[in-house]
Amino acid sequence: MEATAKADLIGQDAPATKAEKRSWLFTRPTAETGIISWLTTVDHKRIGLMYGVCSLFFFLVGGFEALLIRLQLAVPNNTLLSAQAYNEMFTMHATTMIFLAVMPLSAAFFNYMMPLQIGARDVAFPRLNGFAFWVFLVGAIVLNIGWFVKSGAPDAGWFGYAPMTSNQFSDQFAGDMSTDLWIMGLQILGVSSVVGSLNFIVTIINMRAPGLTMMRLPVFTWMTLFTAFLIILSFPAITIALVELMMDRSFGTGFFEVSAGGLPVLWQHLFWIFGHPEVYILILPAMGIISEILPTFARKPLFGYPIVVFSGAVIGFLGFGVWSHHMFTTGMGTVATAAFSLATMAIAVPTGVKIFNWVGTLWGGHLTMRTPMMFALGFIWMFMFGGFSGIMHAAAPADAQQQDSYFVVAHFHYVLIGGSIFALLAGIHFWFPLMFGRKVSEKAGKISFWIIFIGFNVTFFPMHFLGLNGMPRRTFTYDGNMGWNSANLVSTIGALMLGLGIAYYFYVMIHTYFKGEKVKHDLWDARTLEWTVPSYPPPGHNFHVTPTVHARDAFWYEKTHREEIAAEKAEHAKTEEAHGGIHMPSQSWFPLLAAIGLLVGAIFFVNHIYVGAIAGAAIIVLAVYGWAIEGPGGYHLHVGKDGKVTRDDSH
Amino acid sequence: MSNHAATAAIDHHHDHTTTTGIPNKKLFMWAFLASDCMFFGALIATHLIYRLHPVPGSQEPQTFFSIELTSFSTFILLMSSLLMALAVNACQKGNVPAVRRMLLGTIFFGCIFLACQVYEFTHFVHLGLTLSSSMLGSTFYVLTGTHGCHVAIGVLWLVMMYVRTYKPHDGAKGSKRWPFSSLLHVLMIVTAIVFTTWTVLDATHAILEHGFTGEAFGAYLGHGLIPLIAAAVTLVGCRLMARSASKENFGEANAIDVESMGLYWHFVDVVWIVIFTVVYLLEYL
Repeated sequence: MEATAKADLIGQDAPATKAEKRSWLFTRPTAETGIISWLTTVDHKRIGLMYGVCSLFFFLVGGFEALLIRLQLAVPNNTLLSAQAYNEMFTMHATTMIFLAVMPLSAAFFNYMMPLQIGARDVAFPRLNGFAFWVFLVGAIVLNIGWFVKSGAPDAGWFGYAPMTSNQFSDQFAGDMSTDLWIMGLQILGVSSVVGSLNFIVTIINMRAPGLTMMRLPVFTWMTLFTAFLIILSFPAITIALVELMMDRSFGTGFFEVSAGGLPVLWQHLFWIFGHPEVYILILPAMGIISEILPTFARKPLFGYPIVVFSGAVIGFLGFGVWSHHMFTTGMGTVATAAFSLATMAIAVPTGVKIFNWVGTLWGGHLTMRTPMMFALGFIWMFMFGGFSGIMHAAAPADAQQQDSYFVVAHFHYVLIGGSIFALLAGIHFWFPLMFGRKVSEKAGKISFWIIFIGFNVTFFPMHFLGLNGMPRRTFTYDGNMGWNSANLVSTIGALMLGLGIAYYFYVMIHTYFKGEKVKHDLWDARTLEWTVPSYPPPGHNFHVTPTVHARDAFWYEKTHREEIAAEKAEHAKTEEAHGGIHMPSQSWFPLLAAIGLLVGAIFFVNHIYVGAIAGAAIIVLAVYGWAIEGPGGYHLHVGKDGKVTRDDSH
Repeated sequence: MSNHAATAAIDHHHDHTTTTGIPNKKLFMWAFLASDCMFFGALIATHLIYRLHPVPGSQEPQTFFSIELTSFSTFILLMSSLLMALAVNACQKGNVPAVRRMLLGTIFFGCIFLACQVYEFTHFVHLGLTLSSSMLGSTFYVLTGTHGCHVAIGVLWLVMMYVRTYKPHDGAKGSKRWPFSSLLHVLMIVTAIVFTTWTVLDATHAILEHGFTGEAFGAYLGHGLIPLIAAAVTLVGCRLMARSASKENFGEANAIDVESMGLYWHFVDVVWIVIFTVVYLLEYL
């Protein structure tokens, strides 16, 4: 074992043969190593890794913001954070965790795993995929600029309720652009999410390997598809809400201005029409990951596959019909309140169905208690806790007390940490060997799990009681004789423990990346196609031969029908070679350039320098034009009998 | 890629390289349009909500709207969709001159629509309806303005598509300078469009003010000489630049791109039909 060997991030393909004879501006980059290979990449695996690294960085940023919040609330009448700083903390903690941590970490898995699970070599539009990532980075930058300038970070809550976000109430001084940064940052992130999702929809529907019918898709791929649909259909609502808010702040319109006849509650409706599907966007990928891990470590196929898929669709669909359960206390009237209350209760049904099916998967299985399985089991239990408090919220009269109290904070942290984060952490453990060729030590993994699990519960369980005892959200301090002191102190201690657990988890990952035990092929005895790649990490072209799928759990079928599959593969290798070989997409500078145009335009716009904003738009138009002119490009690879890969740039 | 694709007949209704037979670009465009539907849905909903909760005594649509003008521009946009469909048809048959004519026609009609919008907006502002004058101003301008932006982006895309039909084959005469010369052509055409629209609107204003008289002509020349000259220069420039160095690399194989463009254009048209009905016609019921 080479102690100092750097793990291959992506198996190397053959180097480029001859450069295209075109004007220098449109010669496709061909670097396979070094910074340019990352800046111009169109490889879904590299893009997935970049999303992963960035999201994990912002996860730490958001966690740091959370620790500051908990330290401030550890004791009554604390003076660690001013009220202003506290407002910035809870706004940025939520915005960072939702948009810069959980969503991109899910995107990391969509990007890396989904094409492998459907037997494809890349996504439908590889350059657009790269563009989506760079735009995400631009959005992350714009959201966080506030920390470094006089305006300060956004401070009006992650949901930015009107009229608090108007100039009148949110600008601390003339030229305070913290709210404008928030608006622009979210708009840019919206572009990234929608563009990426459109790509995934086309890929999943149109680029499946032969024999891979929709009902043979891995559940993670199904959840990727549903999440993508949720994104493209729900983000327009927040886009328009933000446009209207921006028009109010910068151009004098009256959408949310009471004095002009505006209705501030319209903001809430538009926001939550997005915001509720958003929480399903946060949990469906996690449910997909769990649906891959449980069968693998119970050594049994997923129980009730069609129903699990169908309930995912139903959750997505019904998710558009419950948004006003975030608004029970806004005085909508009895009919609306009752209707949304009923719809919210109904949506618990498909969720419960999934949980029963997961339990059914475990029942009678041979449980292998590896670290991913621990996180997955933790997910089921903790997500149920979050579901129970959720169903309590669904009853509007009870919600009248719970709304805006710590009971809500407890609820959503149970579903978001106990649910989404546990599943994503499980996914990292599960797929780490595939991505890096090394395995996390079981002992280290399990220790990190237990510290996280215990720390998480100590932090958030007391919040149920704090909420029921009346402690409100988003207040920077509390008085000492409200009866909230010990619960807050316990919660803060839990938060420190959770922070320790996460820190240890990160340490273990980094250590494993450099020095972890190298793995053999198919170490988990898994069931789906991503594990069939010829090496871990996979080569750039993913599969030597595009697989043919005969059943659900395609890899399991391959393992139980080895001769049939071997003959088939030999046949298909010949056919693909006759068509010119493996066709791969070329790298490109233009996705990055277009994203830079967006950054330039956004920063000028936020500063109300509209000429600069137009300049940024011009850069985008030029970059997109260049993108169109350079054309799809592409090159071919040939895999020899010895497994050696040669590249052919001729057309 | 493979040689036999070049000589095989293209099936414009089935792509055998995809799982469903639908070309990737077409599926992408449909999914994007589904998203764009929700976009306009939220804007139309905002407008309707504020029409249902009007501030007493505030500005009313009937004071400003000219159903005649807007019906005319709606009809024009509808006809532009016809020309777009004919462009797609022509491309599927490999008839490049017809594609060019139909694309130009779509651009022309799209610009007439935009000119009518500009005219309408300036007229309304004159009458006192602005973004901040009332809720109607806010919702009307943001909704129709967003639609107008979609039309403008569509016109830009059509211009680029038109220029694309002149692209020479790789390695042929003119191919090395193509990236830059094509951009120059696009900019030239867009500039011509801007100045021509400007000068036509100037002329319209002059005629409306003074009638079809010499006085109108005098006023027109007095106010609008620069855009008139700029329009003339750029239009002549376009005519002079419109020569191919060699045979174009454009034909049936590009029909999917024209078709994707067509889907977008039809969508923009359908959204306008909805806006015209909901924002304009409904006020008169």
